[in-house]
Amino acid sequence: MAFSHRHIIGTQQLSKADIELILETAESFKEVNQRDIKKVPTLRGKTIINLFYENSTRTRTSFELAGKRMSADTINISASGSSVTKGETLEDTAKNIEAMNADVIVMRHSCSGAPDYLAQRLTKSSVINAGDGFHEHPSQALLDLLTIKEHKGKIEGLTVAIIGDIARSRVARSDLYALKTMGATVRLAGPATMLPPGIEELGAEVYTDINEAIKDADVVIMLRIQLEREGGNTLIPTLREYAQFFALNTENIKLAKPDAIVMHPGPLNRGVEISSYVADGVQNVILDQVENGVAVRMALLYLLAGGSDEE
Amino acid sequence: MGSKEKSILDGSSIERAITRITHEILEKNKGCDNLVLIGIRSGGDHLAALIRQRIKEIEGGEVPHGAVDVTMYRDDVGHGSVRPMGKTDIPFALDNRHVILVDEVIYTGRTIRAAMDALMDIGRPSSIQLAVLVDRGHRELPIRADYVGRNVPSARDEKIQVLFDEAHLPLEVRLIKP
Repeated sequence: MAFSHRHIIGTQQLSKADIELILETAESFKEVNQRDIKKVPTLRGKTIINLFYENSTRTRTSFELAGKRMSADTINISASGSSVTKGETLEDTAKNIEAMNADVIVMRHSCSGAPDYLAQRLTKSSVINAGDGFHEHPSQALLDLLTIKEHKGKIEGLTVAIIGDIARSRVARSDLYALKTMGATVRLAGPATMLPPGIEELGAEVYTDINEAIKDADVVIMLRIQLEREGGNTLIPTLREYAQFFALNTENIKLAKPDAIVMHPGPLNRGVEISSYVADGVQNVILDQVENGVAVRMALLYLLAGGSDEE
Repeated sequence: MGSKEKSILDGSSIERAITRITHEILEKNKGCDNLVLIGIRSGGDHLAALIRQRIKEIEGGEVPHGAVDVTMYRDDVGHGSVRPMGKTDIPFALDNRHVILVDEVIYTGRTIRAAMDALMDIGRPSSIQLAVLVDRGHRELPIRADYVGRNVPSARDEKIQVLFDEAHLPLEVRLIKP
């Protein structure tokens, strides 16, 4: 078996074999999460630091649980309440954490490229990108793929529609790279202001009409309208208008295949990008995504921290 | 390359060894009530399926069987390259059951230690008994098998390989000299 990566920065760098290995490893760890005693000794003695410069509940909790269920010591550092507020640079913070012999640094940052910047400067620790700016969120894409594989039995040949703020979505980019690598057809749709120019060069079909994008799709992934970003730089006139044209509802979901699944990276804005009827409907697999998130993060931590460089 | 291979057990010898082990298991446990079979991946699970089949033929009873992958419990995680993770599949409770743990070859005993830790995390069996097709010696832990197909004295640099066909039936046990 070969897993040649020391860091997980994006799905863009992962080959088909890499993704298959990560998903298979995650399937093995799923069994642990279903036990009464959800703990295995695999990474005992390893230290995992969650370094979060941006708010997160799901991702941080998921990485923390993943580390703890493998007996690693998991520490959370958030930007507020740390020396970051005292003016320490990113590089100094990370070098200090590395000096404490952290094996893996899981990092979220509002600047695209921040985890990559660290990965190039750290000599011992591995870096996992837990979301950087508008760039990538690889663990989210991998848990999406695991969820799709579980429900559809395969990924290759499926049609996946991703709807919403494509321009500012790191999830959309990570999903796109990973789904294309695995041989799926990817459709992107949203208001023209939310579709970045040139995105079709990455191999996606681009639509401005949600109905066309959803038609006969096997999987519909709804992206969150990022209210915290809408404040400064508005790409849509009003939330109500957005909901009227781009929300997934009980009518337009009928255009997808009858057995299509509905996914969402969370947190949900009910009534904005997804109606409550669909969010709670039989086709939604949103909580499966959350469950699979822990298993996928266990797999990533194991693959990075479960081996050594010396042979 | 100068490496030599020697066949130690052929298919029918393995079948006979498995049949004898099955009789010993049934004798010691006075039947198959409350027994479960857990094979260690990979290879042990195929042998566990075979023992389950024999028990059915001899006693007429169905014994649940599952598989355990010990990678998560190995004592050498973090040494050498990262190992592929197999799946543990035990779709029944182990509490108050007599577990027959099945493996192809017992060597240092480290795999068995890992497997016992894995089982203890999943439930609280009444007992764990160990059945192996080959005991090649060189134990590094105070562990012994309850049921042994064949004792094969070996040197540390030799390898013992159990080959299965596509239907997971055992074909041959080989000793490979360096």
